Amino acid sequence: MSLTREQVEKVSLLGRLRLTDAELDTMTVQLAAIVGYVEQLAELETSNVAPMAHAVELHNVFRPDEVRASVERADMLANAPAADGEFYLVPAVLGE
Amino acid sequence: MSLLELSAKQLLAELSVGRITAVEVAEAYLAAIVQRDKQVGAFLRVDAEGALAKARDIDDRRRAKQPVGRLAGLPVAVKDILCSRGEVTTCGSRMLERFKAPYDSTVVARLKDADAVLIGRTNMDEFAMGGSTENSAFQATRNPWDLACTPGGSSGGSAACVAAGMAPLAIGTDTGGSIRQPAGLCGVTGMKPTYGHVSRYGLVAFASSLDQVGPLARNAEDAAVLLEAIAGHDPLDSTSVQAPVPPYSEWVGQPLTGLTLGVVREHFGPGLDAEVEAAVREAVRVYESLGVKIKEVSLPHSKYCVATYYIIAPCEASSNLARYDGAHYGYRTDAPAMQAELADERRRLETAGDQRGVGELDTALVRMYRRSRSESFGAEVKRRIMLGTYALSAGYYDAYYLKALKVRRLIRQDFDRAFEEVDLIAGPVTAAPAFKIGEKVDDPLAMYLVDLYTVSANLAGIGGIVFPCGASAGGLPIGLQLQAPPFEEDRLLRAAHMFQTATDWHTRRPSLP
Repeated sequence: MSLTREQVEKVSLLGRLRLTDAELDTMTVQLAAIVGYVEQLAELETSNVAPMAHAVELHNVFRPDEVRASVERADMLANAPAADGEFYLVPAVLGE
Repeated sequence: MSLLELSAKQLLAELSVGRITAVEVAEAYLAAIVQRDKQVGAFLRVDAEGALAKARDIDDRRRAKQPVGRLAGLPVAVKDILCSRGEVTTCGSRMLERFKAPYDSTVVARLKDADAVLIGRTNMDEFAMGGSTENSAFQATRNPWDLACTPGGSSGGSAACVAAGMAPLAIGTDTGGSIRQPAGLCGVTGMKPTYGHVSRYGLVAFASSLDQVGPLARNAEDAAVLLEAIAGHDPLDSTSVQAPVPPYSEWVGQPLTGLTLGVVREHFGPGLDAEVEAAVREAVRVYESLGVKIKEVSLPHSKYCVATYYIIAPCEASSNLARYDGAHYGYRTDAPAMQAELADERRRLETAGDQRGVGELDTALVRMYRRSRSESFGAEVKRRIMLGTYALSAGYYDAYYLKALKVRRLIRQDFDRAFEEVDLIAGPVTAAPAFKIGEKVDDPLAMYLVDLYTVSANLAGIGGIVFPCGASAGGLPIGLQLQAPPFEEDRLLRAAHMFQTATDWHTRRPSLP
């Protein structure tokens, strides 16, 4: 199956990336090669195989429901690119 | 004998009787780093001050006959992917260049509790994506055996610093072979424990169902010492397993009797370097001479492992890396420039009367995400996000991700069947010795195939250990990989130690110029 440049551009939006024209060209060729390679899985008959999402198939992992200290707000906001001491600041979205 | 030549176990023995001090050990290793790391580039940051302060504290407590931890005074280098409170944790990425972790990962907390001396943070492929440590945003690490070659990846910094004698012990992580592959290429002992045996809490996530933390050391005994300190259940990690942690370092010296070693038919196909094959077959003969029974087994789905891995890992990566949005932490694009760019595009589309184009324009927030991510992620990270996003997108989920999860079960079943017949599986780590820096950077598929022999253990969730078993004509190390059923780390360590008692490959060191 061949990947088109338009598909790659669409995926870059879904993946919240923005590729330059040169990157789009390279990515289209490289992704097509990788997708072509992984398509060999199609030759396996798997209709009766249960998917294995995890190496350790644990279910219902609980721990006591206890209130405990978490990371301090100031410590978290210290890493924010923009914050006002209480909230993260981002570009305005409403009113666009 | 120089302090640097002592194993971690010997260092501990000397430290505990007071023949050497933790400060002497720290100073010796810090001096080795100053001398050697200019050539190797294994460290991103070295904490000389912190290491010496910790060493002094340990010496004071030892002198005062106060209790000390099980790693007291041993320098440990940590891959820059595990959070350490108050310290920069970059994960090899511009995205996290200024990120100071607000808490300790469980592994770092356990190392601190064990009184390890954390000397520095090691280089890695960005977000652990890569097989050569060339994808770091900051520097390429070189293989101490040949500075023109890569150390392998993504824990190349951790493997290279142990190989070059800049730390007796190091921590790495292994998602598709990232501890075992560089261990093999650098001639050190590295182990990927069973999934769930070491906590992933505070480990910057790449592919959560595959990532596992593990030790790198000069030999199996030292790896046992380090594993013992970091393994065990952690309530903060819901995928952590309630499995006992045997006293690995006490048991490692006991040879295994009545052992059957499996040799996998599919491991010796075309593409395997002749020198690697010869070294691996010789290693199997060494085991045979130690009374181990050898049996051929089959892992029929081996040829599908890389394809399965390169669907599952990017899918999980694209999801995990969605958290880097330029809003909560990490790099953010120049916001005024971004706003100006958007306004400009809007004006242009409106002038051209392109209403559809205007409708499709990013919102300011989406444009901020896209610019922040595109400016700070490297090529390999973008490639994997794209691959994962594509494979998970509408219409492709069943054909790629779901299919890969089904094949993953077939791969696991292969191992379960093989382990009904044998106790361990022995085979190559990589198809060839270390490759040149730059050799594979433009061919991602060729780079992915470097993981051919290692990814299956991550998919199946089993443990594997790698240690040197030979050398190429050019003097590069060749490794042997042993794999065991889940939670048989003890078996892996003892079998590796048996080999290291009978041979001296693990004692060879590169001579750095």
